[in-house]
Amino acid sequence: MKGCCILVSSLPNTPDSSALCPLSGKLLLKHELHYPDEQIHQWLNEGAVTHISSIEKTLTGRRCMRCGNTKHYLFAEMPCHACQSTCYYCRNCIQMGRVLACQPLYYGASATSYPEHPEPCEWEGSLSRFQLDAATRITAAMASERERLLVWAVCGAGKTEMLFPGLTQALSQGKRICLATPRTDVVRELLPRMKAAFPGVSLEGLYGDSPDKAGDAQLIIATTHQLYRYAYCFDVVVIDEIDAFPFHADPSLNYAAKRAAKATASFIYLTATPRRKQKWAIAFRQLPVVFVARRFHGYPLPVPQLKMIASLRRQLKAGQLPNVIAQHIASQQQRGTRQLLLFVPTIQLAEMLTDLLAAHYSSITSVHSKDPDREHKIQQFRNREKSLLMTTTILERGVTFPSVDVFVLDAGHDVFDEAALVQMAGRAGRSPDDPCGDVIFYHAGKRNAMVDAVAAIKRMNRIGSTL
Amino acid sequence: MRCLLCHASIEQDVNWDTVLKPVETRVMCAACRETLPLIEGNVCPICNRKMDCNATCSDCQKWEQSDKWQGVLKRNQSLYHYHEGIQEVITQWKYRGDYVLVKLFQSDIERIVKDRRKQWPTAVVPIPLSSERLVERGFNQAEAIARLMTRKPVHLLERLDSEKQSKKTRYERLNRINPFRSKTSVPPHVLLVDDIYTTGATLRYAAKALQDAGCLHIESFTLIRG
Ligand SMILES: [Zn+2]
Ligand SMILES: [Zn+2]
Ligand SMILES: [Zn+2]
Ligand SMILES: [Zn+2]
Repeated sequence: MKGCCILVSSLPNTPDSSALCPLSGKLLLKHELHYPDEQIHQWLNEGAVTHISSIEKTLTGRRCMRCGNTKHYLFAEMPCHACQSTCYYCRNCIQMGRVLACQPLYYGASATSYPEHPEPCEWEGSLSRFQLDAATRITAAMASERERLLVWAVCGAGKTEMLFPGLTQALSQGKRICLATPRTDVVRELLPRMKAAFPGVSLEGLYGDSPDKAGDAQLIIATTHQLYRYAYCFDVVVIDEIDAFPFHADPSLNYAAKRAAKATASFIYLTATPRRKQKWAIAFRQLPVVFVARRFHGYPLPVPQLKMIASLRRQLKAGQLPNVIAQHIASQQQRGTRQLLLFVPTIQLAEMLTDLLAAHYSSITSVHSKDPDREHKIQQFRNREKSLLMTTTILERGVTFPSVDVFVLDAGHDVFDEAALVQMAGRAGRSPDDPCGDVIFYHAGKRNAMVDAVAAIKRMNRIGSTL
Repeated sequence: MRCLLCHASIEQDVNWDTVLKPVETRVMCAACRETLPLIEGNVCPICNRKMDCNATCSDCQKWEQSDKWQGVLKRNQSLYHYHEGIQEVITQWKYRGDYVLVKLFQSDIERIVKDRRKQWPTAVVPIPLSSERLVERGFNQAEAIARLMTRKPVHLLERLDSEKQSKKTRYERLNRINPFRSKTSVPPHVLLVDDIYTTGATLRYAAKALQDAGCLHIESFTLIRG
């Protein structure tokens, strides 16, 4: 990217690596430096830390040097207390702290080396034959330089485990790795698994209000926005769910990912539901790809059943749950074998239906993106303290429960695109002990997204059955 | 033009009105406009809280029964109701520091200033931030509002403490040392300006400091009635 090049060329030579500085590889705002001023001055004098102008003028406008934003409507002016004049700031990355034109960014230029771990992996499981091919390709990409690889693996293929051999190899070479994912819930889920698999490696999980803050571990698991705070420090960058919001919608995250990586870094992209742009890149062989069409346990993906209820929207609007659905929920809960994930399109609907169903089922809980108690409730469901979880699309990806049925209410709603529907269906049948699971899309009229999602699932099952 | 909140493009409708009159540039889309509901209907005549009838609310009755606080703040006028959606806008503006969002309130503020020009005191005094907060945020939100009301806000107050008072009890709020200090020469009538009226304690302490310095009549204007 253009922005990267400008930044690279304006960087001073990397000083002697003996001057170890904890800000190495970081790109931070003044208030993010939790060190005394004298210490920072010393680093600046030694060249371990350098100032970089935060917002630069370009031929046509401005560029934020932290997030790469050049859109004019995402810059604004303010009367600035610090410089006592009118200053520009970047609105695009403001949720990570405001970048003001008069305040430089602090770049930790000194190189830190990380230990080589000869045998870091203590995971005792083994990869299925469906995972092996992809794992080999991932290992090769991580072991070399400037490689790119797209891993297109169905939901439940076991992509985390597929990364283990590659991570093992990279860690044995002393490489620094970042695994970026769009969702906080996924960071929280991956962190204990990674810690168990690589107990001797320094490892941190970073998200908005994470307990880990320092961010100087060898293996970083972070939400995509955290990449804004790094520059030229990772040897391997793994980006999970590249098709998911916000990564696909926000070009500055792509910029941040490239900037966070060393020039020689390899990139691994993971997806279960690539978008058209990525499919094109594959079709034109711009991006090497490896398919994993079978789940790790070898069983096919559950195919969604479509159930049309003409009065669905009218009844939901009137605060009622159609009888058919109420009966399905009742018999599902009576069977008591699987838990139930109930997806709804909006927060209001989640709240309304939770109240309605709570009268009949004491074992119901619900989560949405603005729920402060989300982590706790998900844990309760995971512990099987609750048997029914009502959720908006926030749980469509990444989070796994071993044995659930999946009902989607108003599957024709605009918030459910093809990828979302495939992902929600992909929550069912994750465990080898219970590889099936009922997936039902309740709708008020067929939409393309639904039909496409079912076709995509069937196609993957067909490819998988020939393996 | 793009919506300042959701960045969707806004179509500027061109009709006889907009051709003949100066165009009011729209800064937000219709959907985002709904996050800023104006206060209408029955309100407490002192603090502007929404009421079933135009009676003084119980909080204001308590203020007015106290010898110390009676009549200190004559009247408060606010623009918007408090709710979850407006809290998000304020968080983005004040705490994340997205200064430009002040434009969202501009036309509503200009309208109310026009309506009240005859009644309101002419000296517009923003509630100051402590210097610590000012350095942190880079701007004072009350000052930003005041600048939309008048070209020359008057700076009469200084803030001595930090702003954290949320965990105090009502008794502690009402009987602590006044965090504001006023200049010695003050005009007789003052309109205080702040972003939000929550308990009314901040505005009353500021008013008290001004009153002690010789101010006779103090009212207030806030963006939100919490
Ligand atoms: Zn930016
Ligand atoms: Zn400035
Ligand atoms: Zn909008
Ligand atoms: Zn009142």
